[in-house]
Formats: sequence, structure tokens, C-alpha cells
Amino acid sequence: MSDNIPATSTVATAASTAAGAAFALRRDSFGLLVYAGADGVEHTGVVPVRAFPISAPADGVALINAEGHELLWIEQLAALPVELCALINEELANRELIPEIRSVRSVSSFATPSVWRIATDRGETEIVLRSEDDIRRLASPALLIADAHGLHFLIRDRYALDAHSRKLLDRFL
Amino acid sequence: MKTDPQPTPAADDVLSGRPHAAADSGLNPDSLPASAAPRIAAEALATLAAAEAPSAPPASWARDINALSQSLRDGETIFGWLETDLDASLCFVSGIVVLTDRRLLARGIGDADWQQWPLVAGLRLARRDHAGVGSLELFDDKALLARWRYTLSGDTAAGRLIEQFGRRLAALQSGCQPAPQEAALCPLCDTLLLPGQDECPNCNKEILSPPSTWTLFRLWRFAHPYRGQLLAGFLLMLASTAATLVPPYLTMPLMDEVLIPFQNGAPIDTHKVYLLLGGLFAAAIVAWSLGWAKTYILALVSERIGADLRTTTYQHLQTLSLEYFGGKRTGDLITRIGSESDRICVFLSLHLLDFATDVLMIAMTAAILISINPWLALVTLAPLPFIAWLIHVVRDRLRYGFEQIDRVWAEVTSVLADTIPGIRVVKAFAQEKREVARFREANARNLAVNDRVNKIWSLFTPTVTLMTEIGLLIVWAFGIWQVSQDAITVGVLSAFLAYIGRFYTRLDSMSRIVSVTQKAAAGAKRIFDVLDHVSSVPETTNPVPLPQPFAGNISVRKVGFRYGNRTVLRDVDLDIHAGEMIGLVGHSGSGKSTLVNLICRFYDVSEGSIRIDGVDLRSLSVADYRRNIGLVLQEPFLFFGTIADNIAYGKPDASRAEIIAAARAAHAHEFILRLPHGYDSLVGERGQALSGGERQRISIARALLINPRILILDEATSSVDTETELEIQGALENLIRGRTTIAIAHRLSTLRRADRLVVLDRGRIVEEGPHDDLIAREGAYFRLYEAQTKQLEEQIAEAGWVVASTDRRTQPAAAA
Ligand SMILES: Nc1ncnc2c1ncn2[C@@H]1O[C@H](COP(=O)(O)OP(=O)(O)OP(=O)(O)O)[C@@H](O)[C@H]1O
Ligand SMILES: [Mg+2]
Repeated sequence: MSDNIPATSTVATAASTAAGAAFALRRDSFGLLVYAGADGVEHTGVVPVRAFPISAPADGVALINAEGHELLWIEQLAALPVELCALINEELANRELIPEIRSVRSVSSFATPSVWRIATDRGETEIVLRSEDDIRRLASPALLIADAHGLHFLIRDRYALDAHSRKLLDRFL
Repeated sequence: MKTDPQPTPAADDVLSGRPHAAADSGLNPDSLPASAAPRIAAEALATLAAAEAPSAPPASWARDINALSQSLRDGETIFGWLETDLDASLCFVSGIVVLTDRRLLARGIGDADWQQWPLVAGLRLARRDHAGVGSLELFDDKALLARWRYTLSGDTAAGRLIEQFGRRLAALQSGCQPAPQEAALCPLCDTLLLPGQDECPNCNKEILSPPSTWTLFRLWRFAHPYRGQLLAGFLLMLASTAATLVPPYLTMPLMDEVLIPFQNGAPIDTHKVYLLLGGLFAAAIVAWSLGWAKTYILALVSERIGADLRTTTYQHLQTLSLEYFGGKRTGDLITRIGSESDRICVFLSLHLLDFATDVLMIAMTAAILISINPWLALVTLAPLPFIAWLIHVVRDRLRYGFEQIDRVWAEVTSVLADTIPGIRVVKAFAQEKREVARFREANARNLAVNDRVNKIWSLFTPTVTLMTEIGLLIVWAFGIWQVSQDAITVGVLSAFLAYIGRFYTRLDSMSRIVSVTQKAAAGAKRIFDVLDHVSSVPETTNPVPLPQPFAGNISVRKVGFRYGNRTVLRDVDLDIHAGEMIGLVGHSGSGKSTLVNLICRFYDVSEGSIRIDGVDLRSLSVADYRRNIGLVLQEPFLFFGTIADNIAYGKPDASRAEIIAAARAAHAHEFILRLPHGYDSLVGERGQALSGGERQRISIARALLINPRILILDEATSSVDTETELEIQGALENLIRGRTTIAIAHRLSTLRRADRLVVLDRGRIVEEGPHDDLIAREGAYFRLYEAQTKQLEEQIAEAGWVVASTDRRTQPAAAA
């Protein structure tokens, strides 16, 4: 969709050409990020993508244009000027959803498929676990759970969950 | 980058795009543009809405939607809605978007009122998704007006809302209603789908309900055919158990009527002794022969049940879709079908048998004991409830422990199944140590889980033994007291002790059954997990027969496809006529193989439909259809066997002449003849013994042999040298004639003979047409083509330069 929107925006809700960064980024009225590199060419609809969204979310962000080509590699987000950083973070927050499971309230059954009622950092919800294989072990003690609709839920430290959740979770590991 | 033409609305049509909360009473319909078309009679609209809107509002928003429809004025009618389950900051908060014939309204759970946007020209509603989050966005030609977020469970509903939005907008602008939506039929069973119903309620009994915990009883399905033998075995078991109970009974008269009178000075009644000893011997012989017969019969039966289970599971596995295999690890499936069915089999033949014998024995013993002396019997049976309670406590923990063990075990196997085929890579990168470490780690996890189970288990058995010992003690004490009171004879006491000796050993072995039962139950669960899995490309219940004669017209309509949460194809429309050759080109990862996968129905489309000769692919019988497709995969796979077997894989009864003809056509004949055993050479596992290009040619021959109507070549000649490729091309030319052919190739020269080229870019078709037209258009194809020819020229130039430069460099050397 995003590639259909021309860059003829009038309102820029955020713009930055701070010293130190050889590029500018702003948001146009269609909510798309517009990137202007050192050569002055504008790209509309760029998206920031984290290289390691789970294992190292803080560093390594790329700006990708609408065709999927990398425009800019940012080693450290924090090293950018504040406004740019904020803009990128806002867009990242807008795009990525890996809710962190805080506790498992209940499970419909210990055999899969099983409906779990969970509390996450983004509120309570229900997920459908299709099979035990959908629980992926990341570097211990983290787990990544894929629900039936393709959303991924993270458990950062499964030993840090409360006893009840741990007991329920253990039955599926 | 292509930019769609922006709709340019008449200036007076454009309203302020900013949402404004509507006053409760008002919802102010006069804010609509005056040009908003002749009003259609309200009733007509209502019937239309009833036909096109989803049937029931989402439960959590039913009240608000009702209130809203009460407050609508001037015949405004609700045409659809979407429940959104994420808010702007991607938190799980419910919201709703409602479409009427003249407005779009939205409301979040905390909002005091509806936000609204009148439908005016230039308004666009679009959706996109990324990593499992869908966005529905409303634009006018100047800006983004609103954005709603949802998880992909709502994606189809969002698609419907967008479609309906387009229809309403068109109706408002043109003043007449667009043609009614095609009534959707379930492609599998032809039930009429209600508006808003995306999945057929008949076919889509999505297995959200977990399998029953009484999994072991489900094995009855497999035992059923053998019920006759099972009954015979059971009767034999009854008889043999009864026979084993005779000896202790005979100790009673032996004690009371022979030994004790003798101690008191009476002579021994030799006749009676012979009789009793004979009885003991006969009982032993009878018990032995009956026991032998029952064990034999039941072992035979259980072995057959196990074999049936294995075959059925494998058979079912073969019907499952690629999606299923994509998500599973080979090692896991192998353990499920191999060792777990074996474990169930052992359980049935050994443990279940023992258990049944034990139960019978205990029941019979109890009956005999009670008939001899109820009080003593009561004391004897006292530990029984305790043991039952203990079993109950331990059982659940054990089963889940065993389930864990199974999963960990599958993990161990998976490491093997991963690394053994990849051994060349392991060795090439000298990672043997790392792989051993990985294996050790999986094994260590196995140990840890086992240790946990053993902790429970090791305590359980001695506890049961302790209880039985205490029971014995009590019986002795109570018995001696009874004898001293003259309530029972010594014979009765000794018979009791003989009985309970058996009785308690039985209890002991019975407690052992807890573990094997739980192991078998865990295994059965994992097997039924496979068996219960419904294929995601389900075979229809009443397949439409393939149209005869089968021509091979393929029409792809608005197809969208997603692997999990990754959208790979979007809005693909393509018509391939019978006999036409289509070349699919595009960058790596643009979805070419995916489109072919959909045409072969390895996956079902997420949206849209694919029709073959006018019939929806999903309503054809999968096997019948695939018999008409010759497919050469990007990664050719050969099975362990001879070359001839591999070529004839799709048509096992092919004659030798046919095999050779196919091999010739694929230019494989000559290299096959050069092999030491010709067509009888073994190709090794996965065709290891052949080179990449040789494997490709064999798989081309395999596809040609079945004489398919539709031929699909996915990078079929990518690994052969250019000369061989040209030769294969020449041969294919004859074969392609008259067949619908889809060829994918990166080397564009391969597609010279294609009637039409289709250029895919990031999941969309961007260009379509014959080579010359596309070149003339100077679009995406032109760029691809140019890049390739330029590359070739450069390579040639580079080679020339290298030659020249070496010349120049050698000259001074020669001069020196
Ligand atoms: N089983 C799968 N699960 C998830 N994503 C997949 C799967 N198969 C393919 N994809 C993704 O789908 C996209 C399209 O893949 P596809 O194999 O159709 O590409 P292609 O056009 O055939 O590329 P190539 O020319 O390299 O063969 C790719 O981005 C790929 O990563
Ligand atoms: Mg491919």
C-alpha cells in the first residue's frame, strides 16, 4: 500500500536535520516516514527495522525504503539526535508487536490446541497454542510462543514468572 | 516504483477530513454532501444490508451497535463492521469500526462517543500487515485520517469491510447499487456461506478442542477389528487366573485335614495326600497351558494393533499439507511413528495383559478370602485403598513427566536428523565439536527430565512394597490372635498367607503398571496428535470430477497468500490458457515458487481463488488433479533407489521404453549410460551419487514421463551448463507444445520460447506480456533483462581485458 502514496505532503509532523546526522527524516501527512539522504533524494515510506528484534533490540536498526532496499544502517539508535531517535522509536513501536508475557492466568487444557488466558505488558488477551512445537526456546531462559494467528509472544525469563504460571507453562515444555 | 493514479475529487465534494464527534441525537446526516446521489428507498437499503452485512455483531459490541442503529436517521443503514483488538499503541484493547451506507464510524472501548467520517469521493480504506499486526487505514487524497490495528484473526473481516466500503462509496457516487456480491459457497462441501462468514461451519471444525485425556481408550478404534481374538484371550485369561488360584485353596485341607491331625497323632491319609498333590499338579499344568495360549493370542493381536496404528499414522501423515511438515522436525515425526507406536504395542501385549491378570487375580482372591473368613479378609484388604490413593497422586505427575521425556527424546532425535544429512556442511566448517556439544546438551536435558520423573517413581515402588509388608504383618498378628481364640484353624491362616503372598506381589506389579500406562498414554497422545491433525489443504468431501477432456486452463483470481504472518502474495490475477507457455520472472524471493506451490495446491490460498478449467481448485480431488501436473522442483529430490525407479516415480508401471524416452527428452540418457550400472545404478540417499545438474535432468525426466497436461518447471535447468540447457530446451520444445507450461527461470534466455512473461515483484504482478512488448515498455522486465545482458557483456569485456593485460605484462618480462 505504502508505495502508492506520493510524497506530496504538506504537513510534516516531525522533521529533523540535526547536526551530526547526514540525513533527515520527517513524517508526512499520510503517516509515512520520508527520508532524505546526503544526496538530497527523498524516499517516502521508509521503515525502520531492527536487525535482532529479540536478542539485541537496542542496537542495529536499518532504514529500508519501500522497495526493500537498505538506505541507512544505524549501529546505535541512542547515538542519533534526540528527535530522529524519537521518530524512529515511534515508528518502531508502531510496527512491531512482541508482547511480553507477564503471567499465564489459565489454560483450557494441557493437550494442544489449547487456549491460554495471559497477561502481557500490553494487556490481557487470549491466545491459541496450536502445538507444543510453537514454543520456541531462545537462549535460555527466554521462550518465544507463536499463537495460531502468527503473533509472537515473548517470555524473557521463564524462571522469573510467578509459580502458577510456571507450573502451567512447564506442562508444555 | 509504480504509483497508482490518485482519484481527483471534485473540489466541493471534499469535507474536512478531521473526525468530529457526533452529537448523540444528531449524527448529523446533513453533513453529507448535497451531491450524495439520489437516496435509495430505505427498505431497499435494509434488505440489501441484510444480505450483505455480517450476520451477528461481535458480542462485546452488540449493545453499542444496536444503540447506534437505533439512533440512525433518514434510512441510514449499517453495512458492516470490524472488531479491532489492538489500540493505537498496540495494546490489547477492543474497538469497533462500523460502516453505514454513508459514513464510517469508529469507537474504542474507552471512548465517550463515535468518531465519524462521511463517505466522500477520494476517500480510501486500505489494509496492510506486518509481523502479525494488521492495520486498516483511512485516507483522503491529502492525508491519513485514521488507522486501526488488529491481530490477523480479523484480517478476512477487514478485507470484507474494505470491499463493502468500496461498494458503498461507488453506490453513493453513482446513485445506483453495484451488482450484488457473489454468494460465497464453501469450496469443500458447497454449503452456502452467510455474509460475514469466512469459514464453512461444516468443514472448519478447527481443532480448537483438545483431544480427550482418555487417549488410551481411543486405541479401541484399532483394537476393534480384532475383538474376536481379544474376547478369546480374555476368556483364557479368566480361566488361567482361576487355575492359578486353586493351589493355595488346596493348602487348606492339606493343613487342616492332613498335617495338623498328623501332629496330633493321627496317621497320614495317603489317599487324600495323593489326591491333593495331584490336584496341585493338575492346577499347575492347566494354568501353564492356558497362560501360554492367552499370552500367545494376545501378543499376536497387540502386535497387529501396533502395526495398524503405525501404518494408519503414516498414511495420515502423507495426507497432511506441506505447511504441517514445514512446522515439524523430522526427528520428532520419526519418533512418533516409530518408537512410540512400538511402546504402545509393548504396553498392550505385556503390561496391559499383566494388569488385567492382576485385577482379575485380586478380585478373585478377594472373593475367595471373603468366602473363607470375612474378618480376616477385611484386614488383608486394608492397604488396598491406600495404594489406590497413592497411584492416583502419582499418576498425573508421572504422565506429564513422561510426556516431557517424549518431547525431549524427539529433540535428541531431531539433532540427529538435522546433522546427519548436513554432515558435509558440518565437516566443511569443522564444527564437529559443536554438534557433539549440541547433542550432549539435548541429552543432558533428557537426563534432567528423566531424573525428575525417577525421583517420584523411585519413591513410589518401595512405598507400595512397605505397605504390603505392613499388611502382611497385620495379617500375621490378627491371624495368630484369631487362631488363639479358636476362631479360625491354622489351615485357614496358612491359606490366607499363601493367597496374600500372591496378592501383594500382584499389587506391587500393578503399581508398576502406573508408569507404563502413563508412558503409553503419553505416546498415544502424541500419535493421536498426528492423527487428529486436519490437513490444511483438506480433501473435499464430494469432489468435482476433473473436467474431461482436461485442458489445463488456469485462472488465478485476486490471490493473496501468507506463510504464517508473512504476506508473500497479494492480489495476484493471472490467466493461463491451455497450451500456453508462461515464463515467471522476478527477483529472488518475489514469490514465484510460492505461486507455483499454490497452483499445485501444496498450500491453500489465503484469499481469492484459483480455478482450473473453471473449477475451484479446492473442490477437485487433490490426487486426481496432481496426476496431471508434471513438476520439476527448484531443489530436485531423488529417493533412495535406482535411476529407473526415480524416473518412473510418478508412474510405477511405466515400461523401460517409456523411461528411456523420458530420459532422452531430458538429456539424461547419455550420462546415465555412462554410469557403471546404467539405469540400474543406485543414486544413494537424496541422490548423493549424482551431480546437481544430473539430478535436475532426472527430475525433468520424471516430470515428463507422466505426460502431464500442466508442466511446471521451477528453475529446472539452473544447475546445468549453458550448452546442455540449450539441448534440453530444444527437446522440451516438442514436449511443451500443447501443454500448459509454467517456467520459472533467472536466466532469462531460458524463457525465449515463452508466449508470455509475467514479472513478479514482491508478491505482485507488475508486468505481463511477450518479451518484445516488455522490452519496448522499458519497465521492470527491461531492467532485469538489461542487467543480465550488461553483465554478460561486462564479463566478456573483463575476460578480454584480463587477456590483454596479461599480454602486456608478459611483454616487458619477455623483453627483459
Ligand atoms: N515455507 C515458508 N515459510 C515462510 N516463508 C516462506 C516459505 N517459503 C518461502 N517463504 C518466503 O516467501 C517469499 C517468496 O518465496 P519464493 O520461494 O516464492 O520465492 P521465489 O520467487 O521462488 O525466489 P527464488 O527465485 O529465489 O526461488 C520469500 O521471501 C521467502 O522467504
Ligand atoms: Mg523459487
